[in-house]
Amino acid sequence: MSGSLLKLDAIGKSFHGVTVLHDVSFDVPVGQVLGLIGENGAGKSTLMNIIGGVLLPDVGRMTISGTSYAPHTARDAQAAGIAFIHQELNLFSNLSIAENIFLTQFPMKRGLGRFGASIDRRAMYKQSAALLEQVGLSVLPWQRADSLSAGERQLLEIAKAIQLRPRLLILDEPTTSLTSRETTRLFELLQSLRTQGMALIYISHALGDVRQLCDRVVVLRDGAVVGQGLMEEFGIDRLVSLMVGRESSQQFPDRHSKPTGQVAFRARQVTQPGIVKDISFEIQQGEVVGISGLMGSGRTELARILFGLDPLQSGTIEMSGQRIERLSTRERIQRGLAMLTESRRDDGLCMPDSIANNLKLVAEPKFSSRVWGILKRPAMSVAMTDMRQAVKLNPTVNPHKPVQTLSGGNQQKVVLGKWLLNEPKVLILDEPTRGIDVGAKFEIYGLIDQLATTGAAILIISSEIEELLGVCDRILVMSQGELRDDIAREDFDADRILRSSLKADQASEDAV
Amino acid sequence: MGVVAPGFASFENLTNVLVAMLPLMVVATGQTVVLITAGIDLSVTSIIAVTSIAGAALVTGDDGRLIGFPQSEVWATPVAIIAMLAIGALVGLLNGGCVVWLKMPPFIVTLTVMMFVSGLAIWSTQSQSISDLPHSLLVFGKNAWLAGGIALTVGVGVQFLLSRSRMGSGLRAIGYNSQTALAAGVDVNRLVMLAYVVSGLCAAIASLLIIGQLETGSPVQWENNLLDVIGATVIGGTSLYGGRGHVVWTFFGVLLLTLIDNSLNLLNLSYFTIMMAKGGVILLAALLDTLRTRAEAR
Repeated sequence: MSGSLLKLDAIGKSFHGVTVLHDVSFDVPVGQVLGLIGENGAGKSTLMNIIGGVLLPDVGRMTISGTSYAPHTARDAQAAGIAFIHQELNLFSNLSIAENIFLTQFPMKRGLGRFGASIDRRAMYKQSAALLEQVGLSVLPWQRADSLSAGERQLLEIAKAIQLRPRLLILDEPTTSLTSRETTRLFELLQSLRTQGMALIYISHALGDVRQLCDRVVVLRDGAVVGQGLMEEFGIDRLVSLMVGRESSQQFPDRHSKPTGQVAFRARQVTQPGIVKDISFEIQQGEVVGISGLMGSGRTELARILFGLDPLQSGTIEMSGQRIERLSTRERIQRGLAMLTESRRDDGLCMPDSIANNLKLVAEPKFSSRVWGILKRPAMSVAMTDMRQAVKLNPTVNPHKPVQTLSGGNQQKVVLGKWLLNEPKVLILDEPTRGIDVGAKFEIYGLIDQLATTGAAILIISSEIEELLGVCDRILVMSQGELRDDIAREDFDADRILRSSLKADQASEDAV
Repeated sequence: MGVVAPGFASFENLTNVLVAMLPLMVVATGQTVVLITAGIDLSVTSIIAVTSIAGAALVTGDDGRLIGFPQSEVWATPVAIIAMLAIGALVGLLNGGCVVWLKMPPFIVTLTVMMFVSGLAIWSTQSQSISDLPHSLLVFGKNAWLAGGIALTVGVGVQFLLSRSRMGSGLRAIGYNSQTALAAGVDVNRLVMLAYVVSGLCAAIASLLIIGQLETGSPVQWENNLLDVIGATVIGGTSLYGGRGHVVWTFFGVLLLTLIDNSLNLLNLSYFTIMMAKGGVILLAALLDTLRTRAEAR
């Protein structure tokens, strides 16, 4: 019964020279639940992808029950007895519950030969019913998957995973869409799987859940294991400080900007059911405000609502005293609102288009005639050259090259540049330093401060708490679509931010 | 080339080729604009058919007078031309409206609009063509200089807007990534609508040139030429995936396709053999487009 099922030995992985995992070693014992925690970007997903055969490690080796394990595909991992439950559900909503469970391995009717084989529906429904009972779902196997609630779908995912009779079950944030009753039910189920001798890896931000459920814990930070051991050796406080890290490894430029006292942007009771609730805050000219929160806390959704890309049901948004919540994105941009979106690829840049064309896209109305929109090319060309220098874009790069040939950091400078050309009064930045190197980060922080110095109001959304501590005057904390905290610079405290962002998760609230 | 097809290189043949390709050039110019937005307009040939009979009917009703206006010989032709342009723009609005407001795929919208408009043209004329058209309507397509001037004006005008105006940058951005365009404040709906209207107008202008060349208005005018329009544009290098396109490229695409058509004709190959050859060339161009787009996405 004892002994380790999966053993990781000095796993390392880097992408394009950026180290994502470094010397990661731990054991997953048989019949135990291992908690794996770490901030966004700590390397948890990469690690899971390596165990699941999606990515190959650069160095290190894995063993399962003592034999070497080197999966090249997800199928290899499945054959080795590893099942995953991902944060995003992988269900086919147009298929029945039973079909979803047995999709990879339908029970077949025998006696018809290889080519005449047909699905044995009766067996499929019978086995499905047993599995559904095991996970505590009282639904019929032939119901369509889209008739289930979010929580029920999560339980269906688990039924699907159990059907494969795995030796190791890996769960990534399985409780985010569950009600507290469903969570309790899930934990009972996981406990019973554990006593049956299954090994489990449980990944979650809800530290209370982790403490309640897990036997052992591994803490990842910046791709390395910074703590591991028996669960009872770790209190919540210790886990948080391990996750966040004590000293800041990043460097931030000096701050020059100061809030002027004049309100530039104000949101009042912004509400969109199921997304954000009752969000109110204001930003002064020259002020840099951060929004912290875990994935799924509603921060990006809030930014999109403020920018007019998504609808809001009630509440008001004001810029310099004027209401803008009923205006289109285009009209908000004309009034001086700007937003650097979360994903450069999805809605930040036209990747195959040239650097110059991307850079001029937003500010073109400023540089063209009123009637036919004929571009004033000399003026624009001068402004664009200045902007390329201002955002410190590599001067040797030909501006007619496709923007996708640039590095992530330079691409982000192009996005920032295209907004700065329009001289925004309020700038929303959603994950402005995601996927870019340290040098470019530093330059972007400098640009943000510089812009604030000229009187712009700035709202930064980031999953990196260190980053917000380094560049903001004030930090708002979101969780489950609501503002939980509003912290002024003199009270900045990484623990407090993380605590606030874990709030309202009922199971964890008692423990924190 | 003279060896390949006897008479191909003669001055007369080459001038004929150039004049004959003018209508295709004009429709393909409009198609270029739509393809840049990552859309497609399959309704252009039906617009050519319906505007040709509308124009022809307006100038021939009541013995060369506008129906209901016995004293109106002078006005018949201008009114016919304006009506043709209006019909082209209207069908463009219908296409654009379905794509923009109903969020329907351009392919299915313009395909069904083509069926509807072609059907309308044939039904309303009982399948009869209208000939004996007055010189005042035919002259635009018959006079090579006038036809060339019209095609040149359309081409230069459209390309000027594409490369020198805000609309052009907006259209390209929409084609490359409409989400990025929307988030950058580009008026996506209005520009996509505009693209289909421009395409409809270009088809109506091409129809005017075709009437002059064929001296007739017919409800099946150009019904077999749809692939030439898309093909010529893609051969030129305008991408089916959106974002990339240029009227001058389209000119060379039209020229190449017309030359293939003409030289194979002079070799006395059958219509079907020529169709096979053109299909092959267009497929090759589309393949190159796909490979290029895929290589860039990496």
